[in-house]
Amino acid sequence: MTTHPVLAAVDDDAAPLTHRQLRELYALMAAVRHLDTSAVAWQRQGIIPGYAPELGQEAAQVGSGYAVDRTRDFVFPTYREMGVARAMGLDMVGYMSTHKATWHGGMYNPLESRFAPIQAVVAGSVLHAVGWAHGQTLAGHAKGETGVAMTYFGDGASSQGDVHEAMNFAAVMKAPVVFFIQNNGWAISVPTERQVAGGSVAARAAGYGIPSLQVDGNDVVAVYEATRSAFAHCRAGNGPVVIEAMTYRRGPHSTADDPGRYRTLEEERLDAGEDPLERFKQRLLAEGVADEAFFAEAQRLAEEEEEAVRAGIADLGPRPGAEMFSLVFQEPTPALQSQATAWREESEHA
Amino acid sequence: MPKTITDASMTDDSTDTATAGVQQMSMQQALNRALNEILAENPKTVIFGEDCGRLGGVFRITDGLQAKHGEERVFDTPLAESGILGMSVGLAMAGFHPIPEVQFDGFAYPAINQIVCQIARMNYRSRGTLPMPITLRVPSFGGIRAPEHHGESLEALFAHVPGLKVVSPSNPHDAYHLLKYAATRPDPVIFMEPKSRYWQKGPVDVSNAALGGAAHDGDTSTGGSLTGARVAREGRHLTLVAWGAMVSRCLQVAELAAEDGIDVEVLDLRWLKPIDAEALARSVGKTRRAVVVHEAPLTSGLGAEVAQLITQSCFASLKAPVERVTGFDVPYPSGDLEDEYIPNIDRILFGIQRVLEYRRG
Repeated sequence: MTTHPVLAAVDDDAAPLTHRQLRELYALMAAVRHLDTSAVAWQRQGIIPGYAPELGQEAAQVGSGYAVDRTRDFVFPTYREMGVARAMGLDMVGYMSTHKATWHGGMYNPLESRFAPIQAVVAGSVLHAVGWAHGQTLAGHAKGETGVAMTYFGDGASSQGDVHEAMNFAAVMKAPVVFFIQNNGWAISVPTERQVAGGSVAARAAGYGIPSLQVDGNDVVAVYEATRSAFAHCRAGNGPVVIEAMTYRRGPHSTADDPGRYRTLEEERLDAGEDPLERFKQRLLAEGVADEAFFAEAQRLAEEEEEAVRAGIADLGPRPGAEMFSLVFQEPTPALQSQATAWREESEHA
Repeated sequence: MPKTITDASMTDDSTDTATAGVQQMSMQQALNRALNEILAENPKTVIFGEDCGRLGGVFRITDGLQAKHGEERVFDTPLAESGILGMSVGLAMAGFHPIPEVQFDGFAYPAINQIVCQIARMNYRSRGTLPMPITLRVPSFGGIRAPEHHGESLEALFAHVPGLKVVSPSNPHDAYHLLKYAATRPDPVIFMEPKSRYWQKGPVDVSNAALGGAAHDGDTSTGGSLTGARVAREGRHLTLVAWGAMVSRCLQVAELAAEDGIDVEVLDLRWLKPIDAEALARSVGKTRRAVVVHEAPLTSGLGAEVAQLITQSCFASLKAPVERVTGFDVPYPSGDLEDEYIPNIDRILFGIQRVLEYRRG
């Protein structure tokens, strides 16, 4: 008989989101939508060599990122968390610089941003979150005060052994980790039904004794509230939580991908469901939280922001070649120093 | 695990006697003492792995440390190497100094992604903001009649990875000092312990790293040279280059060669990345002949790297090509055959003979 762990009844005096917060969530989603679709255009225009769009995942990313306490929590992203980065207030030129091929991990400061370097290994940083979270336990914060790690991964990454190891370690150690899965239906060309046996990553959590929440990942408020509950559960010392946000990757895997080879436009239309941004807009209108003037202003601000980020990206020159050598170690080896010297002398000659 | 090994580990308690001067202790005791002091000196240090806690590790290197320093600082993990190393990354990001253990060399393979793609690169990826002060202890090499995957020599694999440093002590004194040194570095170090040498006793001077004045490099004013190679035996005719368990075998070979009037120098490389190229140049510049000895397979082994470094610095004065006496390009064999695989005294003597008898075409 399997028992299904549930979120602890945490004393979460969380009030419903205020109208101001709801409008802020929409503005963030609008900014992310515009920056994301623009980044695809930048690639087509030759401004950046590649990009991994998150079109359709704005609610999942903004809703979860909005719940992070940047004074004490830490987020471990993959390469498709631009919306989380924006919701957490990262320097977006520093973030997007990874797609400009300036520096793999991005040019932002991960410690100040509370956002780990961009991770290109699928499921590569899930265990890092567990280690970081266990570090919070070892640091002995007062009950209810501990920092929480949130690690992002997808339905494809859930096939990796590291995800199993991470969930098992976290549960054994009662580490304050939120495993945030964006199940967007596709791992490049392979659909979830050929990826996730049993059909749900969240369902696996029960096997580890971890409570899980499967949420409508296209409902930003539902995602925010689920994430907030999960953080409260972790912060109170109850161990990890799994959240599976059901969403849809409306765009290609990356700007090098061709979805036409594995799904039709008609299938996309049917499977994607309602656009999370439009859906949230209709809700805010219906509830009288925002009017058309607000949406027009949000769009204007998004465009202004995109222009500034694009200008910043276009201005980014290549990093000095000496950084190839100087950033490998804190204490460089003599062999590496002599390679750096040879490189400098020969490149100056050329 | 052979019963004799676990039994032998349960004995001595001399690691608790903290007195100055030279003491006799085994490498297991020296490593245990070093870890005990590291935990005491740096509150951010944490030790973990499979069976590291209550049991004290299958080789008892962490014996008694959990009882002394608590379950938060010395703990058992679930049995998953990728988890152990991946967790180390997160702990380092949170400001800790992890000293994880992989129980046996061959079980570093399941953690290769975390070691190669994560630990080795995080400082680089993060532009120096997330250093990885991780010392990964790996009981290494063969010679104990162990099951498959318990006798591997991974030094060339690790040394090839940008961002890692690799060191292997050959004796209790170096084991103590090199571990204490590695555990205070801001970069990841793969610490390869020669498991066949765990129980051999030797002199350890805890207050002076440069035991016997044998160190020829580095800054000895701060407690001795811990960054380079060590001349284990001075000689005039030929240099044997070795590390880990092969150093003591090369010293035996040198004694036998001396009976035939051949004066062999033995250079204990200690650091396999970075390799002490100056010490190689100094030694072979003097002897003009060199044989590299390692347990790892021949092809693309570190012997090739050592031979190239010697050729680079000593080409004009070399009397013969650098010879390699190594394991073979075969999977590490079962116990009954491991004496055929690991370079033995005869094979090393043959290697010396080939170099001495070399004549230019």
